[in-house]
Amino acid sequence: MTEPGHSILSADDAPAALGQPGSSAGRGDDRRDTRPLGAGTGLGLGIGVLWLSLVVLLPLAAIVVASTDDGWSGFYDTVTGDAVAAALKLSIGMSLFVAFVNAIMGTLVAWVLVRDPFPGRRVLEVIIDVPFALPTIVAGLVLITLYGPMTPIGLELVGTRKAIFVALLFVTLPFVVRTVQPVLMELDREVEEAAASLGASRFTIFRRIVLPNLAPAIASGAGLCFARAVGEYGSVVLIAGNIPFQTEIASVRILTQIENDQTAAAAATATVLLAVGLLVIIALDLGRRLVGRRG
Amino acid sequence: MADAGADAAVKHPRRQRRLGLEPSRPTRYGLRFVALLYVGLLVLLPLGTVLWRTFENGVGPVWEAINQPDVWHAFRLTALVAILSVIINTIFGVGMALLLVRTRFPGRQALDFLLDLPLSVSPIVVGLALILVYGKNGWFGGALGDAGIQVIFATPGMVLATVFVSLPLVLREVMPVLREVGIEQEQAAQSLGASALQRFRRITLPTIKWAVAYGLVLSLARSLGEFGAVKVVSGNLLNRTQTATLVVEQKYQDFEQPAAYAIAFVLVFVAIIAIVIISIIRPKEDR
Repeated sequence: MTEPGHSILSADDAPAALGQPGSSAGRGDDRRDTRPLGAGTGLGLGIGVLWLSLVVLLPLAAIVVASTDDGWSGFYDTVTGDAVAAALKLSIGMSLFVAFVNAIMGTLVAWVLVRDPFPGRRVLEVIIDVPFALPTIVAGLVLITLYGPMTPIGLELVGTRKAIFVALLFVTLPFVVRTVQPVLMELDREVEEAAASLGASRFTIFRRIVLPNLAPAIASGAGLCFARAVGEYGSVVLIAGNIPFQTEIASVRILTQIENDQTAAAAATATVLLAVGLLVIIALDLGRRLVGRRG
Repeated sequence: MADAGADAAVKHPRRQRRLGLEPSRPTRYGLRFVALLYVGLLVLLPLGTVLWRTFENGVGPVWEAINQPDVWHAFRLTALVAILSVIINTIFGVGMALLLVRTRFPGRQALDFLLDLPLSVSPIVVGLALILVYGKNGWFGGALGDAGIQVIFATPGMVLATVFVSLPLVLREVMPVLREVGIEQEQAAQSLGASALQRFRRITLPTIKWAVAYGLVLSLARSLGEFGAVKVVSGNLLNRTQTATLVVEQKYQDFEQPAAYAIAFVLVFVAIIAIVIISIIRPKEDR
């Protein structure tokens, strides 16, 4: 079990591995496959961008604007205020931990799905996607049924940080599996065969060939995990107990602020969450561009 | 022989095992065991417990709990909001994918990047953002209110919230397919005199149809299950703006567990149907 344990450590120096697989070929024919905007496409683009602005961009901008309604000092006081800082710290710390665990377990599950054809694999495939498709509040209900006051297994987690941990593991399970699986499937096995014929051990092959190729996918899956976990609400709210300073996550804190009509404070807390999420997707986007996959 | 059932796959691994590519049998079984245990404990055990709790007293009470006017109202509202959102996101997604892949304009990469933004925003933050713009004291809320349009605490706001959280799902399925097929066929059709509409209907649409279907099911599952964002913008008003997910929470907190489980079961059922449909579509898309 030590092999996948190493995987996450190497995923951290992903940039070194990112340059390896292939050149950036395939992006060169961009100019041939595209044409400049015409009247019709220009109008379409205008409508699309307008819609995106109305639904996404302006509302998000409104949050950033509202976060300084009480001035910069108001923003600073809110974000460093005891309860808010504790909630943000809990959400970010817990999400990092969850992303780390699911990076390892997700890679392991993906490996089993791709390289270990056992009967019932199709069923496992379907189960992996359940957390994606399940409404978050239903996930919360599912977890409180198992770990709540009426727990059939004698393990009550309500009101503890373990409960948050389990809920976040649950909802982010598919991310790493689904990003690593296709890469593992496409991995050219002839390279591994060559290494084996030259006498490389199984562990060496995994560490030197499989892992570097998977590292970008693992990193991007873990990034998605983190981004999802840090803002999660529905699956956590029932089971966490939401005790300030102990089990109150950032999104629960924001909702309390909204309900107490502390709009500026809610916006300030939300701005921090937005910034964290934005950093993650910028990092993912840069990584994706370096690898030259998908675009 | 655990893998005796898999027909074509068997020969390949066996050859590689001789080369020392596959892990030894104990390692392989160990990894398989850990994977199954992890997924089983994390997903299957809780899910099974919910099913057991739901049907503890048979099917009768489940139906009774669902067959209430407020529950039916919530299901109808959920369906309305989800269907509207999926239609909007499908049109937007296909159109935007075509523009991003087939045309070039300044800022295209930035736009491409911005389209991923919604997926990494917390649902509660989505709700707050929409209130700040469309709420009574929001940027546009006053003007819309004067015109007699209520967005927040009403259906339009719930549709907006749902559109926000599932915005790029269709788009991100369609884009790679469009990029991969290239434009040769379309150019050929154009040189033979096909109009833009004909080219779209006869060439583009057939190539992307499975990607669209896949994105559509994903969006639908996401839309039916949205909770946090809808909770913030809907005001959670009984028989007016309560969707199925909101009713689940309310019933649970009102100690009406059987009702909460019954509605949750319906949502689980729909979610699993969605995944099964997706797993059927996915291989076709790969071809």
